[in-house]
Amino acid sequence: MPETKVVDARNTFCPGPLMELISFMKRAEVGDQMELLSTDDGSASDVPQWIAKVGHELVTKEKIDDVWHITVKKVK
Amino acid sequence: MKILFVGGGMGGTIVANNVARRLAREVREGKVEITMLSATDQHWYQPGLLYVAFGKMALSDIVREQSNLLEPGIKFFVDPVEEFELAQNKVRTKGGVVHDYDMLVIATGCEAVYDEVPGLEEASETPYTREGATRMFKRLRDFEGGKVAIVVGVPHKCPIAPIEITFMLHEFFEKRGIRDKVELKYTYPIARIHNIENIANWAVPEFERMEVDYETFFNMKEVDVENRIVHSEEGTEKEFDLLVTVPPHRGMKVIEENNLGEGGWIPTDRYSLQMEGQDNVYVLGDTSNLPISKTGSTAHFQSEVIGENIASIFRTGLATREYDGKVYCFIEADKDRATNACFNYIDPPEIRAPTKSMHMLKMSYNQWYWSSARGLL
Repeated sequence: MPETKVVDARNTFCPGPLMELISFMKRAEVGDQMELLSTDDGSASDVPQWIAKVGHELVTKEKIDDVWHITVKKVK
Repeated sequence: MKILFVGGGMGGTIVANNVARRLAREVREGKVEITMLSATDQHWYQPGLLYVAFGKMALSDIVREQSNLLEPGIKFFVDPVEEFELAQNKVRTKGGVVHDYDMLVIATGCEAVYDEVPGLEEASETPYTREGATRMFKRLRDFEGGKVAIVVGVPHKCPIAPIEITFMLHEFFEKRGIRDKVELKYTYPIARIHNIENIANWAVPEFERMEVDYETFFNMKEVDVENRIVHSEEGTEKEFDLLVTVPPHRGMKVIEENNLGEGGWIPTDRYSLQMEGQDNVYVLGDTSNLPISKTGSTAHFQSEVIGENIASIFRTGLATREYDGKVYCFIEADKDRATNACFNYIDPPEIRAPTKSMHMLKMSYNQWYWSSARGLL
């Protein structure tokens, strides 16, 4: 199981969860995973949409106690 | 107690002055020693670079001698840190000097980096550096018309800058009488035109009024310099005759080289602003890994928290404040109007219609800043 880095973007408005994810992906190696924590409901659609556009992998997406836990994997 | 401040930019200067004023008596009595290490003897007001790029300020308007901004009790050395030895509570400088400390504040900031996007440095203009701002004004002044593409790197400091740059480009070309010959094409990395939803909602009608085309989900991948095309990670492209960029940023190399934080971003507690795992190390401003705006105002409000806590810890052994995520940003619009965004970890910003009085306030702050830097505002 690859190590998953957790990025806590709960209760942040700027730059926001998806920007944090994009920053991580730029530095990550292929195969790295990140779990994004977000209280922004928009993340539930924005993150999968961007992951699909650039061709990475959406591993899991679930809402637990008002917090979205979205795990993505860099595949290229 | 020895208190060491590494970094003499906006954040480092404000917090050092804050602490020096709070502990002035103790410094005079020799109970507290305050030292600042910086890579330069100059202090630049970075937000002023935007105005330089549009010909509204000169570089000389936005720089001061660092030593003139510091409280008398601060020992200041232009000798940047090369090695951090946190386990031994000491740092080693480029000049080979070892400074030990009881409390350390790291405020080394971040810098624009171009190596992540091939062709970007060669092909683009930017207000984010001194050379860039000067060059950009000349390009704008000489531009006779065509496609102007605005591209935004991730992460970057001053999150409102992409919107402001676009508004100011619209106005600049209008005043030059060539706005009808210029196509403004704005791009942004996520699903809306700004990461703060309220700002995006406010700015979209403004863009439509100004006839600014916009494309979202556009993350720069590379620039074809010869053919003047910028390609995105998402597989789209934008032609340009003039490319204006908010470049991607990284924390300073010394941070990553010393394994303090990947990408130069130091893991930081969002409330106490202590470096994770280090009780006597505080992190201030752009170099933290906090998912908040990298702005001068962030550093300013963080300075107040850290300054109060350092003084309190010295006197009582306890910290008294937490950072609540507060950020305050002016937003330049057009026609000498501005609005603002004020938010924290809990409350999003509410954007009001731009006014001339808010613009005058920003113009005034461009001068008041030097009092902020001295810890007086």
